[in-house]
Amino acid sequence: MLTMSDAIIELDELRRTFIVRARTGGLRRVAREVHAVDGISARIDAGEAVGYIGANGAGKSTTIKMLTGILVPSGGRVRTCGYEPVPQRRTLAREIGVVFGQRSQLWWDLPLRESFDILAAIHRLPAARARPRIEQLIEGLELQAFLSTPVRQLSLGERMRGEVAAALVHRPRLLILDEPTIGLDMISKERLRQFLITERAEEGTTLLLTTHDMSDIERLCERVLVVDHGKLAYDGTLRGLSRRVALQRVLVVDLAEPQPGLEVPSAVNVGTELNGARQSFSFAPDQTTAAMVLAEVSAVAEVRDLTLTEPAIEDIVRTLYHQSIES
Amino acid sequence: MIVRRYLLLASAEFRRQSTYRLALAAGISANTVFGFIRFSVFYAALVGAGGTIAGYDRAQASTYVWLGQGLLAGIGLLGTHEVSERVQTGEIAIDLSRPIDLQLSYWARDFGRAALMIPARGLLPVIIGAVTTGLAFSSSLWAIPLGLISLALAVSISFLLRYGVNLISLWTIDVQGYTSLYMLLMSLLSGFYVPVHIFPGWLQVIATASPFPSMFQSPIDVMSGRVVGAAALRVVGVQLVWTIVLAAATRLMLWRGSSRLVVQGG
Repeated sequence: MLTMSDAIIELDELRRTFIVRARTGGLRRVAREVHAVDGISARIDAGEAVGYIGANGAGKSTTIKMLTGILVPSGGRVRTCGYEPVPQRRTLAREIGVVFGQRSQLWWDLPLRESFDILAAIHRLPAARARPRIEQLIEGLELQAFLSTPVRQLSLGERMRGEVAAALVHRPRLLILDEPTIGLDMISKERLRQFLITERAEEGTTLLLTTHDMSDIERLCERVLVVDHGKLAYDGTLRGLSRRVALQRVLVVDLAEPQPGLEVPSAVNVGTELNGARQSFSFAPDQTTAAMVLAEVSAVAEVRDLTLTEPAIEDIVRTLYHQSIES
Repeated sequence: MIVRRYLLLASAEFRRQSTYRLALAAGISANTVFGFIRFSVFYAALVGAGGTIAGYDRAQASTYVWLGQGLLAGIGLLGTHEVSERVQTGEIAIDLSRPIDLQLSYWARDFGRAALMIPARGLLPVIIGAVTTGLAFSSSLWAIPLGLISLALAVSISFLLRYGVNLISLWTIDVQGYTSLYMLLMSLLSGFYVPVHIFPGWLQVIATASPFPSMFQSPIDVMSGRVVGAAALRVVGVQLVWTIVLAAATRLMLWRGSSRLVVQGG
């Protein structure tokens, strides 16, 4: 039985409207209201891991800004960790950790390690508590090799691991990650996900994640919120989402010799190109694996190269949108 | 320890600035060259006026020019755009997501910057001035502690004015016009071009009603011994009042402006 105090995030008909002024030729300007967040209600409890997805401009970042208290809502109610974000912004800041994937919270010109010490002081952590925590993060995110490198010289993957460590120094109750894996290679992504899984298991941190990468959601989140045009289009489990929207993946293979359209047992051939030298197979990841499909294709033709495409969030949102119109 | 966070922010800024060695060296040479130019112009005027203008003789004029050249980078006369740039790019979201006061954290950082710039950019021009055209310092023992207080207040006033101009970006995204206006008023009224004391009467009235002399003319007057004793205390008192007024005004600006803040970018 959950009580109100277990809620980490409560949104009640949350709204935010922007006035956008567009020039319409000459000196005339037309003011237009944009409802970036248009009445979102949701509740996230302590310990949950929630993926917050939507197309560009759907209202994800606007929601996050209101959750952290840096943007005043136009209407509705928001509470984060039990606080009113805007008036209690600085108190709230001690309870949450935020990574804005496109922005850095690290000290650009100084060695990475120094950012952690400064942040620990900003969060008023006594050295006796800060030091073991920082050591733990350095180990967990494998930062040792570049701790004394100035941040501006780090690779994107190294910097992003540093950003996540920086957001976690003060052991926040809520970790908000805004596009943490954007631009990362597969190994960096996987290393970061693995760390987050361990960290949540140990600390019980609530996680809110926005991403364009469905596999981030699959690996990290039990629950998904889909936002579209400022409104919630879906709130439920990932499994429930995949029942409503086919989260099909597509394996594209380049063959050594052109072939007529190949048929394999666990996937559907959804297209041949280059006279059959490139063929695409669609499959449901909860029923089979990419390795299985590849093995089946390899059994009948020689594969030279392959790519695997994820379901695009834009496609998921579009399907949900059409379903809601039809129902 | 609350103070420790601000000390760490100041020391981080000190080290950050010290990583740009080439810029420091370039700044020192520029300050030195312009020191000779400024002294030549002032000296020519002195000779034309029969040796003194408004109490400035050759040694006093040289002290005014070289102390000014030494301090201008430390005081931060050339302006800063960091806060308004961070508002424009949305980076300000990072600052506001920390459990720390925005004004005090930038203030602490500016002290860190000044603590590097005053010796790094100041020492050499002052030594060159002393060797070439001669300097006259105050003989009063009080001039050193009072001079340091006056300098700290000058750095604070300069910071608060720059921070205030930057905060205008909460209302209008492009603050270029305001920055230019500030630079124009500041460089004239602070006593940077010519000492406030040789302004015509009406301009002196305008200057003394503004905070600008307190950020440049005042520390030079106190350190060079142009004002001593009670007069020096009065100058520092005026600086203190401006610091308090500007600190309160910029807090009010942030409080009023943050409700309108639209953090840019996704």
